[in-house]
Amino acid sequence: MSSIAPAVCFVDVCPLDNLPLGMGRAFVIGGRSVALFHRRGGNLFAMDNACPHKGGPLAEGMLAEGRVVCPMHARRYDGITGECDQPGECPVRVHPVAITNGMVRVGIPGDGLASEGAG
Amino acid sequence: MTFMANGTLPKRPRLIILGNGMAGARLAEDILVLDREKFEIVMFGEEPHGNYNRILLSNVLNGSQDMGEIEINSLPWYKENGITLHAGKKVTRIDPACKKVFADGVVESYDQLVIATGSIPFVPPLPGTDLEGVFVFRTVDDCKNIAQYAKGCKKAVVIGGGLLGLEAAKGLMTHNLEVTVVEYNKWLMSVQLDETGGEILGKTVAGLGIRVRTQASTQALVGNGKVQSVHYKDGTEDEADMVVISAGIRPNISLAKSCGLGCNRAILVDDKLATSDPSIFAVGECVEHRGMVYGLVAPLWEQTKALAAHLTGTDPDRIYAGSKLATKLKVMGVELAAMGMISDVRQGDEVVQYSEPAKGIYAKAIIRDGKVSAACLVGDLGPAETLLGHFHKDTPVPTRRMDLFGGPLPQKLELSLADLPDAHPVCDCNGISKGAICNAIQAGHCTVASVGKATRAGTGCGSCKKMVKGLIEAVAGAIKVDPTESYYVSAVPMEKAILVAQIRKHKLKSVSAVLAQFGTSEDEKSKNGLASLLKSMWNKEYVDERDARFVNDRVHANIQKDGTFSVVPRMYGGVTTPQELIRIGEAAIKYNIPMVKVTGGQRIDLLGVAKEDLPGVWADIGMPSGHAYTKAFRTCKTCVGIEFCRYGTNDSTGLGIDIEKKFQGIEFPAKLKMAVSGCPRNCAESTVKDIGIIATEGGDWEISVGGGAGAHVKKTEVLCRVQSKGEALKIVGRFMQYYREHGKYLERTYDFVPRIGIETLQEIIVNDSLGIAEHLDQGIEEAVKGFVDPWLEREQPVYPGQFSEPIQVGPMYLAGTTA
Ligand code: SRM
Ligand SMILES: Cc1cc2nc3c(=O)[nH]c(=O)nc-3n(C[C@H](O)[C@H](O)[C@H](O)COP(=O)(O)OP(=O)(O)OC[C@H]3O[C@@H](n4cnc5c(N)ncnc54)[C@H](O)[C@@H]3O)c2cc1C
Ligand code: SF4
Ligand code: FES
Repeated sequence: MSSIAPAVCFVDVCPLDNLPLGMGRAFVIGGRSVALFHRRGGNLFAMDNACPHKGGPLAEGMLAEGRVVCPMHARRYDGITGECDQPGECPVRVHPVAITNGMVRVGIPGDGLASEGAG
Repeated sequence: MTFMANGTLPKRPRLIILGNGMAGARLAEDILVLDREKFEIVMFGEEPHGNYNRILLSNVLNGSQDMGEIEINSLPWYKENGITLHAGKKVTRIDPACKKVFADGVVESYDQLVIATGSIPFVPPLPGTDLEGVFVFRTVDDCKNIAQYAKGCKKAVVIGGGLLGLEAAKGLMTHNLEVTVVEYNKWLMSVQLDETGGEILGKTVAGLGIRVRTQASTQALVGNGKVQSVHYKDGTEDEADMVVISAGIRPNISLAKSCGLGCNRAILVDDKLATSDPSIFAVGECVEHRGMVYGLVAPLWEQTKALAAHLTGTDPDRIYAGSKLATKLKVMGVELAAMGMISDVRQGDEVVQYSEPAKGIYAKAIIRDGKVSAACLVGDLGPAETLLGHFHKDTPVPTRRMDLFGGPLPQKLELSLADLPDAHPVCDCNGISKGAICNAIQAGHCTVASVGKATRAGTGCGSCKKMVKGLIEAVAGAIKVDPTESYYVSAVPMEKAILVAQIRKHKLKSVSAVLAQFGTSEDEKSKNGLASLLKSMWNKEYVDERDARFVNDRVHANIQKDGTFSVVPRMYGGVTTPQELIRIGEAAIKYNIPMVKVTGGQRIDLLGVAKEDLPGVWADIGMPSGHAYTKAFRTCKTCVGIEFCRYGTNDSTGLGIDIEKKFQGIEFPAKLKMAVSGCPRNCAESTVKDIGIIATEGGDWEISVGGGAGAHVKKTEVLCRVQSKGEALKIVGRFMQYYREHGKYLERTYDFVPRIGIETLQEIIVNDSLGIAEHLDQGIEEAVKGFVDPWLEREQPVYPGQFSEPIQVGPMYLAGTTA
């Protein structure tokens, strides 16, 4: 199974206007809890909405230089790579984002939560 | 101390020190260190204070420090050390024949006299210098007067573009004035810098928003009673609501002259600092030694050391052979160093220069006979240590001249520190070497402040503090070098006072605007800190960007470990009603709230509320926010007081409710908690609050500040007593506003109050010694007026998703149906 890359499936999430500037917003996309961020300056990124540390709601985190600061214990996660700023900590899973005709779309692994660990 | 059989002290020679400034007071200290018993010391100081650090006056002017912080020897110090100080007494005559000095109402006789009368500002003979609104800049009282007058002004002109003029300009900037600096020469700081250096400095200064006018010859100050404009010889003029003259200083030698002492430009002294009268000595800016008159503290302190050794007899042959002038300065955030006479270039001298105009960096050295005879640095002090070493020790310069400027880079500070020899000077103001500092660190002094106490290093201009820190780290491994420590927030490299001035000047009303203009990085704490500052500066004009706030401050509730929130409604003074309790109970049932708890702050907490339920809970309980989630005024605990308690002497619940109603929701640098107790039994625990009030047996209110009982337990210190609730509200509000303006971000009052000093606070808040009470009162009233209950956002969320639950999108089959 591991030779087959899990298909990413883009899902329409919301119009761009529904994303507050400089902040995150929580969505459940195909059953998966995702935090979607709208940076000042325009670009978007998405990641799982659960901090690998103790499950903090990352969508409520503040943004600083393209990283999300977890509201619970302030671990920082890179919006592009999902890497944590603390050495040895797990990264958070990030998801691709696209905008088509003003509609924000997020790419979610096609095999859903079951793919965790395989991809 | 040796006492005679009859209990009186043995008769000791009487030493009078005339002048209680940087040199006079330092001489007294130096003498005490060498021999406490030698003299009966009497001092005269025209200024009605103890001794303060004149170098730091510009910080008083710009509000970043208070008189208390720059004080070196407070009035009690003199008493504790057996010195009679006549503070506020101007000596009017010296009689060398009878060995007496005369001041208004006081005559004292001496065996030996030291004159340390310093300098007076030079006021050029122009028409109009006596107009209202024209100031000089020399004493702490000058600073207070300038600051007070600046309040009603828009435009200021500073005459003189030297060190002091620039310091004055910087101070005025923070009072929100348009400032023009007028310099007669072609460039700024013409004594310390050459033309290129001066021009680079000029650009940097202009970049800070100060207008610089060089080659301007002032002709008159013009106005009708009050100054209104400055006229120049070329026919142009500048509008000016106030003028600060800092056109140089003149040695203050009128007393010495009139009693017949030999004077030239200043009082003539020999290598033992003796004047033409063998019983009279002189030190400081008022002396001329080997043709030199000094205007910086380092030489004066070399003089006092030599004189003390000589006077006490500890080293009778000690002479003062003159000082080499070298100084590191920080003018308006621009790093500068100057040594020797940069304008003195002779035939055969070699001049080496390096410049990087775009970055405002410039370095120049004059090499004479293979040694550094003078140098100046602007913008980057990297090479300063190397240059100063060559300059002071006359060591041959490297054959590769470039290496003179290749000195340690700032970030390599610790490494290079370790390599320095023990004799290397670190604190130039006090002449303290690396070795002496390392000894102090090894003896257990592991903070910059305690090294300062032990060695004096860093207690002058403070520019070597970074090196002291580096040494502590190298030797003790304890302190981490953190250049951002003095900044208000780490993302903007500015102290609070400067930052506030810049924000005002550029009318920056949002966090993103401040970061765009001045930010060097971005982090969440800085955003929060800036949000708090901007809110307190602009009140209703503040442009509130929610992404600059922590989640608690966005949804007005405290986030819990499971992502739910808590709701703590305000209960003024801890007093509630059956109706409120019923509504709370009904809401708890309706929203399935898992815990209802009485808090340590005398109110009720509803814990475990889902974000989307917050608006509903707030609406159902119908009470305003208790701000338990933010850096704002929290609770005012009260006890039952006179209404029910048999000991109560005053209406503590009434005052507590008034306080909480008035100041609710106001934001502070950190959270602020209060309590009011009805008698000294203090059942509301007023003495461990940021502000605590206790009714006394006589029915007065005693107001005390700076307490806390969280991670640190600290008892409050008494600010004052007042008689009415109205007065109590006034003093509380005034203290609050002063804390809002001067507190560092996240600095609780238990750190703030000791930093400022309770006596200073009493002076400022109660006695209005700075004349800012009215301004503080207005500031807090504005904040009171600006209050809006944040829980009203329930009616109209301010950004999408503020109170909504996660939106479900996408087909469900994506969710792991294959598993
Ligand atoms: C609810 C309450 C405990 C309780 O159940 O009684 C409480 C709860 C919290 N306190 Fe407290 N403090 C509560 C009264 C106190 C008191 C007692 C008081 O106010 O009289 C103190 C000591 C007094 C003081 O501050 O001087 C207190 C000293 C602290 C401190 C230490 C502050 C310090 O500077 O030393 C913190 C940590 C901080 O602020 O950084 C803290 C932080 C917290 C936080 C906000 C921690 C957090 O960030 O999540 C807690 C929120 C719990 C939650 O999940 O909602 N809490 N906390 C109390 C609310 C009072 C209220 O009505 O507003
Ligand atoms: C705003 C400012 C910033 C400065 N910055 C720096 C700096 O960064 N670095 C640096 O090295 N130097 C700096 N200086 C210069 C430094 O402060 C002086 O060189 C130093 O204060 C001189 O010391 P002094 O004791 O000779 O004179 P002062 O400190 O002026 O003391 C003289 C005292 O004598 C008193 N006095 C005079 N006449 C009488 C009388 N008849 N009876 C009683 N008392 C009398 C005066 O009231 C005064 O308190 C600065 C000066 C100012 C004003
Ligand atoms: S003491 Fe305060 S911060 Fe600590 S667990 Fe209790 S409520 Fe939370
Ligand atoms: S839960 Fe995110 S840092 Fe602890």
